[in-house]
Amino acid sequence: MNNENIIGHKTDYEGAKIGMWIFLFTEMVLFSGLFLLYSAYRSRYPEEFHSAASELNRFMGTFNTVILLTSSLTMALSINSIRTGRKGMSLLLQSLTSFMGLIFLVNKYIEWSAKISHGIYPDSPGLMKYGKGEIIFYGLYYLLTGIHGLHVLAGIVLIAVMIVLTNKDRVSSGRFVALENTGLYWHFVDIIWVFLFPLFYLIS
Amino acid sequence: MTAEEDISFYGSRGRHKGVLSWILSTDHKRIGLLYLTSIFGFFFVAVIFGVLMRLELIAPGRTIMSAQTYNAVFTLHGVIMIFLFIIPGIPASLGNFILPLQIGAKDVAFPRINLMSWWFYISGGTAVLVSLFTGSGPPDTGWTFYVPYSIRTGTNVTLAVFGVFLLGVSSTLTGLNFVTTVHRLRAPGMKWFRMPLFIWSLYATGWVQILATPVLAITLLLLIAERLFGFGFFDPSKGGDPLLFEHLFWIYSHPAVYIMILPAMGAVTEIIPVFARRTIFGYKAIAFSSLAIAAAGYLVWGHHMFTSGMSDISKAVFSFLTFIVAIPSGIKVFNWVASLYKGSIELRSPLLYTVSFIFLFSIGGLTGLVNGALATNIYVHGTYFIVAHFHYTMFGGTAFAFFAALHYWFPKITGRMYREAPAKNALLVLFTGFNILYFPMFILGIEGMPRRYYDYLPQFHRDHLISTIGSWILVAGLIMMFYNLIRSVFKGDTAGDNPWGGSTLEWTTSSPPPHENFKEVPVVTGGPYKFR
Amino acid sequence: MPGPGLYFLVWLGLIALTALTVIAAGAGLGAYGALTSVSIALAKSVLILMFFMHLKYEKTLIRALLFLPVITIAVIIGLTFFDIGYRY
Repeated sequence: MNNENIIGHKTDYEGAKIGMWIFLFTEMVLFSGLFLLYSAYRSRYPEEFHSAASELNRFMGTFNTVILLTSSLTMALSINSIRTGRKGMSLLLQSLTSFMGLIFLVNKYIEWSAKISHGIYPDSPGLMKYGKGEIIFYGLYYLLTGIHGLHVLAGIVLIAVMIVLTNKDRVSSGRFVALENTGLYWHFVDIIWVFLFPLFYLIS
Repeated sequence: MTAEEDISFYGSRGRHKGVLSWILSTDHKRIGLLYLTSIFGFFFVAVIFGVLMRLELIAPGRTIMSAQTYNAVFTLHGVIMIFLFIIPGIPASLGNFILPLQIGAKDVAFPRINLMSWWFYISGGTAVLVSLFTGSGPPDTGWTFYVPYSIRTGTNVTLAVFGVFLLGVSSTLTGLNFVTTVHRLRAPGMKWFRMPLFIWSLYATGWVQILATPVLAITLLLLIAERLFGFGFFDPSKGGDPLLFEHLFWIYSHPAVYIMILPAMGAVTEIIPVFARRTIFGYKAIAFSSLAIAAAGYLVWGHHMFTSGMSDISKAVFSFLTFIVAIPSGIKVFNWVASLYKGSIELRSPLLYTVSFIFLFSIGGLTGLVNGALATNIYVHGTYFIVAHFHYTMFGGTAFAFFAALHYWFPKITGRMYREAPAKNALLVLFTGFNILYFPMFILGIEGMPRRYYDYLPQFHRDHLISTIGSWILVAGLIMMFYNLIRSVFKGDTAGDNPWGGSTLEWTTSSPPPHENFKEVPVVTGGPYKFR
Repeated sequence: MPGPGLYFLVWLGLIALTALTVIAAGAGLGAYGALTSVSIALAKSVLILMFFMHLKYEKTLIRALLFLPVITIAVIIGLTFFDIGYRY
């Protein structure tokens, strides 16, 4: 039934995609540990979460959401381009995607530095003056956006590798599963942000 | 047929020479053997720690080491045994070697990721060992790394925890690889219900590795983050809740119990039909019970926390759910026994080790019911009863099944046969030593001896003494068994391709198998156990 | 596989949902606020999964497997609330 795979298991695209999805499952479960902490502490400190969240910059959060959603669009389009044999277009779209990833990180850096310059960071004397729920909220904010940021960074590196491979025609209209899997990863990182955004910026 | 095809995988080196032909190999058989040797290397380190602990406990008061050293020794014994021996244990070593052979594939789905997982394993193991000798002393938290102590202690917890994190990555990658392999690389005609039951158990284990290990990863990262930055997630003075650490830890570590035992159950399910010359009784029931155990493993973690201060409702819920696990475990035990019934039993050493496994695992499993019931748990929690229980399931269960599988597949892996009489003698010594070592712990526990204590009241002296003597007998048994096996790698008689008359696919190729396992792709036409 | 046109439509939908969730957060829905924002986030991730990640066009196997982590996560968080729901 799977005869062709045994002979050519090194070029089993379906297998490569299943492997990537399973990897994304592990990432989902990894983040679920953090969402567990978030939901537990939000149920414990509902008011303090609200007052702490109102100090985050909602405009920055919304802007970053739009940036990541748009980068997901260009990522999807770049796969479409390589599939239809337009290498130059695909390269342009991949570069755009990673560039938007960089903008996202720069925004995050600006947001973090603003908070840190106000003396709000884990274990800081300034933060310790706040209530317990606020300490936990900012702890979760730094941890979740930090780990998410690391994933964005990893995604940018992956896309950079793809740009090189596409340029060398190692990724082409005939075999683009590596680019497809990179895309899956990038979209997954986007989905995580889709949840982080309301959970941190939109508690009113 | 050319001479090239006749060379076993030991002969075809690939691109590299010498040691590099092993540590850079992507052949699943070589990686399996890399794992096998490194796993038993770490096993012996942990055995030495265990023997030292028992020696310290031979009499009340200080015997050979300080209390601080004792804390470090039981921590390292636990960390190495759990994360470096018993979790990777059967799947990463024998599973790696046998899985592609049993489904008729040339290799696993991602050979390079397979090699990478071994490198993660070795790096993690090295980090754990280095944490012994660097920084401000070896970790002394116990293998569970409970907060708040693990955050406050000045010992080298961060490095050890990072090592365990790497081991978690390694385990996840193995699971990812095996699940994809089973989905994609089965030989023509190998339908799901024609797969050997060892494969079913590895498949179920793979899913637990995929869907539970990341929780451990994030828990350990949180612990490291707490130690480095002081977020306060588990510190009540900063609004945190220490119990959430225990939740996260056991959300992984209870399913991990089934990562340890499921492959062991799968291995004995292979051995029983071959030596009873009987088709396995209840094939589908055993296959589904593997999946059921994997699923039920997620529902019961709270029974590790009955005395930690959870809400009363959750204690009742978790206690009730815990009994669910007994059902699929019971199905397996009854089916094994039923398969032996009216068989033409050949009492060769793999079967003897298997029968010891069923006996010891049953004791471990039944005492598990005592721990799972809320009322009795509160009485025995944190005592030697727990220590006895998990050594009966993990050592008496998993490790004895590991030894059984090692004897069963030894001729396939090496092409040679070990000597039968020393293997049986070693089992006798092992089995005796095991029970003398661990059975007194049940009694000690019921009498109230707390686990992890350095010192104890004189009334416990007799049972501790018996237990320590048992540890010497057990080690003697281990040495006898490994001496026989290692000697036979070099001096054993040629075994032939199918010495046991097994009917699964790995016995249809040569011993040891050639580089890509089969001379031609096997075609499967029926179930795995073609016996009466 | 979808073409560029469909991708743009999905992107427009995602942006619209983002606008909706920001507006809803300002509307002061009280206790329903969290429910609304999580529902909108779920809707957005379904769009991304189905179209950008091609789940709509994949074989049944991958779509079926996706339920495993989702159920696992629901069970993990749900059972934890048997403790903290009655303790905090």
